Amino acid sequence: MTKKFEIEKLVQLARLSLSDDEKAQLEGDLLSILGYIDKLETLDTSNIEPTSQALSVHNVFREDELTEKVSGEECLQLAPAHYKDHYEAPKII
Amino acid sequence: MDYELVIGLEVHTQMKTKTKIFCSCSTAFGRSPNENTCPVCLGLPGVLPVLNKQALEYAIRACLATHSEVQEISQFDRKNYFYPDLPKGYQISQFALPIGLRGHLDIQVDGVQKRIGITRIHMEEDAGKLIHGENLGVSGKSYIDFNRTGVPLIEIVSEPELRSAEEAKAYLIELRSILQYADVSDCNMEEGSFRCDANVSLRPWGQEEFGTRTELKNLNSFRFIQKAIEYETDRQAKILNQGEKVIQETRLYDSDKGITFSMRSKEEAHDYRYFPEPDLPPIVVNSEWIERTRSTIPELPEEKRQRYVAEFKIPEYDAGVLTAEQDLAHYFENCVSEGAIPKTASNWIMGDLLGRLNKEGLGISNCPIPAIAMAELFKLIDKQTISGKIAKTVFEDMYSTGKPAEQIIQEKGLVQISDTGALEKLVQEVIDANPGQAEEFRNGKDKLMGFFVGQVMKASKGQANPELVNKIIKEKLT
Repeated sequence: MTKKFEIEKLVQLARLSLSDDEKAQLEGDLLSILGYIDKLETLDTSNIEPTSQALSVHNVFREDELTEKVSGEECLQLAPAHYKDHYEAPKII
Repeated sequence: MDYELVIGLEVHTQMKTKTKIFCSCSTAFGRSPNENTCPVCLGLPGVLPVLNKQALEYAIRACLATHSEVQEISQFDRKNYFYPDLPKGYQISQFALPIGLRGHLDIQVDGVQKRIGITRIHMEEDAGKLIHGENLGVSGKSYIDFNRTGVPLIEIVSEPELRSAEEAKAYLIELRSILQYADVSDCNMEEGSFRCDANVSLRPWGQEEFGTRTELKNLNSFRFIQKAIEYETDRQAKILNQGEKVIQETRLYDSDKGITFSMRSKEEAHDYRYFPEPDLPPIVVNSEWIERTRSTIPELPEEKRQRYVAEFKIPEYDAGVLTAEQDLAHYFENCVSEGAIPKTASNWIMGDLLGRLNKEGLGISNCPIPAIAMAELFKLIDKQTISGKIAKTVFEDMYSTGKPAEQIIQEKGLVQISDTGALEKLVQEVIDANPGQAEEFRNGKDKLMGFFVGQVMKASKGQANPELVNKIIKEKLT
């Protein structure tokens, strides 16, 4: 079957750091998944609604009310690095 | 070569909910960094987002107010990309099935009305705020405040039907006005609750297909939007005239330098890999719900403008100024319903009142004179109890002391003199004091009318009724 993806690009988009061996293995896995999807595509689905949800529910809402919860401060303490109430990350741009 | 400018706008507006779109954190502006955060908006493992019903209500209102079709079935999708201001690694947005499609609004530029299409309206969550290293700590780091993360937004995408920076500005002013009237958003640009990106491209006149566009970001005032578009138009025209190609890219506007500059050094291909958000079930809005919401949408600016012209017989320009802000329209209507003549109210509100408020940087909602008190002043002008000139003095006093117009007029003895006997006496005194001018006037020097009226007004300390004075002078000198 034809390859429908570029492994390098996917690795980059997913911010993964993989060795050549790992990339080769991942490529094989993805190809077999896509092969299965190719098989599904041979079925006639013209009269079937696309499924994006496994549950048959809709309209699950919450009211616009403030509630007690784990505080922002507690969450911040879980971060690998923080400084003056801010989360700290590697430099951007 | 001459080119036609093509602009499409993407507006992000914060809906005025108390809490975020998928969690119960506060949306209040100006809190300490990361105070308004919780495991849901921070995207910690195992959490479940649940849609804020009020956010959906506001989104439906925005659709109805812009004549967009509310979709019976809509759904959220994940937009995947990595950036530190996006803790989950994806933004929850609507892609394939947005809440609203095919709307429009009408703008007026140079007296010409034009309908601008709205492609779509979708709900999404806002991202966090990134602070560059040296502005907080060390230059080798970035710092993040996630208070904005998960704040409910709607994105309103226009058709590429705008053809000038003025049209773009008019569209944004009208859209903001509509969203404020419909009570969807406060549209406060300083606080970031009304933000705009502009897609700008040029094409040779007569060419059907669009040229390559650039996306302008960081446009946080109407003036900057206009300036950025003007700058970008010139920049693209120069490139095209040199026979080169415009690069499709995102550009930021630098308001200090008045230029746009490329945001990314190397062009990254966007690949957001949208897919349906499995944590949020679809939204189904039936027609009953839509009609219930429609019945609560107030009269919108365009309808109000038309009504003002028809009902109050004021010029379109006045109607446009008075309806731009809902509070101002209320103020005007309250004055009229208290009995003021509409044109008097409109002249005074647009002139003296707004002028005075602007001088102090205040809006109509902070006006120290309530509409009911202002209407009393207008009625005294309408009845010619006081002249327009005296009214300005009374207005100033009302503004600074808060006293009612009647009281100021009584205390200062400012009532207009419309007593014919008293005015005849004044006129005669002025004629007697200026026999030379009186003679010239009798001999046909009509221009001296102004002189005599001026003298009488002076003698009466501005209280004489100018129309009557005119009439009496004519009677006495011809």
